[in-house]
Amino acid sequence: MNAKVDLTETNRVKDAAPAINVSPSPHIGSTSNSTRRMMIDVLIALTPAVAMAIYMFRVYALIHLGLCVATCLAAEYLFVRMRGKSISLNDFSAAVTGVILALSMPATAPWYASVIASAVAIGLGKIIFGGLGMNIFNPAMVGRAFVMISFAGAMGAAAYESGAGWVDAISQATPMNALKQAGALTPIGDMFLGLTNGSLGETSALACLLGGLYLCYRRTASWEIPAGMIATVLVITGIVDLVGGHGGRLILHHLFGGALLFGAFFIATDPVSSPLTPRGKAIFGIGIGALVMLLRFLSGYPEGVMFAVLLMNAVTPLINRWTIPRTFGEY
Amino acid sequence: MELLQSKDLPGKGSFSHGIHPPDNKSLSRDAAIEVVPTPKRVVLPLLQNIGVPSKSIVQPKKQVVAGEAIGVGEAFISTNLHSPINGVVENTGVCTLPNGRHLPAIYIKAEGEQLSGQALYEDVLGGPWPKDCPAIYYPSTISKAIHEAGIVGLGGAAFPTHVKVRPDDTKMIDTLMINGCECEPYLTNDYRVMLEAPGAIIAGALHGARAVSAREIIIGVEDNKPAAIERLKKEAEGTVIKIAVLKTKYPQGSEKQLIKAVLGLEVPLGGLPSDVGVAMSNVGTMAAIARGVIREKPLTHRVITVTGRGVSNPKNLLVPIGLSMQDAIDYCGGLTKDAARIIAGGPMMGFAFSNLSMPVTKGTSGITVLTHDDVRKENETSCVRCGRCVDVCPMQLVPTKLAMASRHGNLSLAHQYNIMACFECGCCTYVCPAHIKLVQLIRMGKAMVVASRK
Repeated sequence: MNAKVDLTETNRVKDAAPAINVSPSPHIGSTSNSTRRMMIDVLIALTPAVAMAIYMFRVYALIHLGLCVATCLAAEYLFVRMRGKSISLNDFSAAVTGVILALSMPATAPWYASVIASAVAIGLGKIIFGGLGMNIFNPAMVGRAFVMISFAGAMGAAAYESGAGWVDAISQATPMNALKQAGALTPIGDMFLGLTNGSLGETSALACLLGGLYLCYRRTASWEIPAGMIATVLVITGIVDLVGGHGGRLILHHLFGGALLFGAFFIATDPVSSPLTPRGKAIFGIGIGALVMLLRFLSGYPEGVMFAVLLMNAVTPLINRWTIPRTFGEY
Repeated sequence: MELLQSKDLPGKGSFSHGIHPPDNKSLSRDAAIEVVPTPKRVVLPLLQNIGVPSKSIVQPKKQVVAGEAIGVGEAFISTNLHSPINGVVENTGVCTLPNGRHLPAIYIKAEGEQLSGQALYEDVLGGPWPKDCPAIYYPSTISKAIHEAGIVGLGGAAFPTHVKVRPDDTKMIDTLMINGCECEPYLTNDYRVMLEAPGAIIAGALHGARAVSAREIIIGVEDNKPAAIERLKKEAEGTVIKIAVLKTKYPQGSEKQLIKAVLGLEVPLGGLPSDVGVAMSNVGTMAAIARGVIREKPLTHRVITVTGRGVSNPKNLLVPIGLSMQDAIDYCGGLTKDAARIIAGGPMMGFAFSNLSMPVTKGTSGITVLTHDDVRKENETSCVRCGRCVDVCPMQLVPTKLAMASRHGNLSLAHQYNIMACFECGCCTYVCPAHIKLVQLIRMGKAMVVASRK
């Protein structure tokens, strides 16, 4: 009986004694802000594009989404364990890479392309540099570029024009390819809504804008990057449009067709591989925009966002060095 | 008297970057300053200012009266120390301050009659504060009185005030800027002094301006303190003092940011406010100057805020310097069950401590006790280079680069990115989504840079 009382007594005293801890300042932090929350933001922002991909490409979208996300998570788990680090799947960064990668695939891509792209994205794109935050290139684009070069036939422009025609839109050329090969313009309304062929997530300009604006509002994406990119594309196509007498349709075509908006809001804005300062981010966006136009107009590819992002990723450390901000009071 | 709105200022009423943490000032904002009963003992560390420690001039068993000098500051950047109570010197021992420094200290046991309660309040903050007398003093007389009184900046940094407020032929001071921003969350001690003793602040400001021969006197107050602005405005009528209403933003109270917000001037990198013709001090310090010059009483008491959800009854207190943190907290009803962290100062820049026998010093602006819910406890993850720290740094630095340079001991990189310009406000750490203790790493880097120069 006594012992029991003592025990309660001890517990009470223990509860009453505050557990005081010490730590360096600041002692408070923004609660609405974490790496995990940023990644969840990206996933939220991607839902319109995912929904549109599923609506347009049905089961093919689901297959690639499933394969990419599952492979990315598995690869992250495997490679992180190989490095002997603690498993970090719960920061959702691998899931984000998976979804973005899936949305950049053509619907007709073979299943192994998605699997290989995902494993390469995480392995060569991210873990080899030291994991989250250490990679120089956008992991999803590294994976995408790898399979694009490895399986040129199954991943190139021709792959998009499937003769099988399970959905009407998919049997047609992508807007960018139609423009490149035949100079044919796709109806702007279809491109804006996404009723055209293309990579899974890029077809709907509307879905990309909705998600992208949410990301910028949340400040998870820096607005300077998409703004720089879109403004540059507007200026360059504007000049070409004027010279060629296209009556503004070419501008809208380059803006809403292809991966421009998807790339501007979801790929180029990857914080890890983009510059640190607002000025650097603007330069980065302008650089990507200019490279996209260069590739679209002058290269053999109808599209150029992927390579443009990768090329500018390589310049990011240099941009960071050029754009060290003027310290307050420095003249 | 003029009330300066942002449109009338050369500055924009704000600075670029910074953060908006929840201010939590409502816990103690409406609590009038209460006088803490005279404690049984006070502990006075011999270093209560930035600079050189004071030298003890008392032996154990010596009787002292309130206001009597017990330490002298012999060096230029040093201050005198006075007993806040009537008593007897027990011994000179060692004490530790919240910032971790071990210091020799004088322990004084209370004995005999003490000035306390309302009488003490009247002596320190109450009563009339004549505004017309600065002209009867020579500037040097005023700074000498400030030196004698052992006044340091009461905002937290505790820089000896006589060094700032002194006639100087080499640097012309145009403006005396008075900092009433109190941008640290939770703290309300300056607010209460502005509300309850605006006369002391105004009188102190006029004397301080006379000492540095400043033509202009501007008090900067954040716009979340309308009642204080109103009181100061009324009190300053008929004087040259202007009140600048500033945007509420952390760290608006940093001297460089305040000068930018009010005057639009940038203090040069590595420079001081005096380089742009400004002398800067805090409102509480002005009240101490008024008392020191007009009443010839030394700095022996100050107003502190004891606040946070970890304290039963948050209050603003007039306390003797040397009061133990325990006594201050006990007077406010003690700690609550979920108290998790006790901080000397505010949560952004204050020092956490666990030993409640530590004394309140001249630089202690308050005690903030956070609960388990308030304290951020997430683990550090990898930097994703999002640049949010760059977006908030009021010095326009690149905190992530500085932190990584410090972590890897790369002093030349740290130097290239101007590490020494960081004044450790903590904005970068506040926003970091990876919960990296950026400012702590930068502190480390600064220490390494300083060590490498020696």
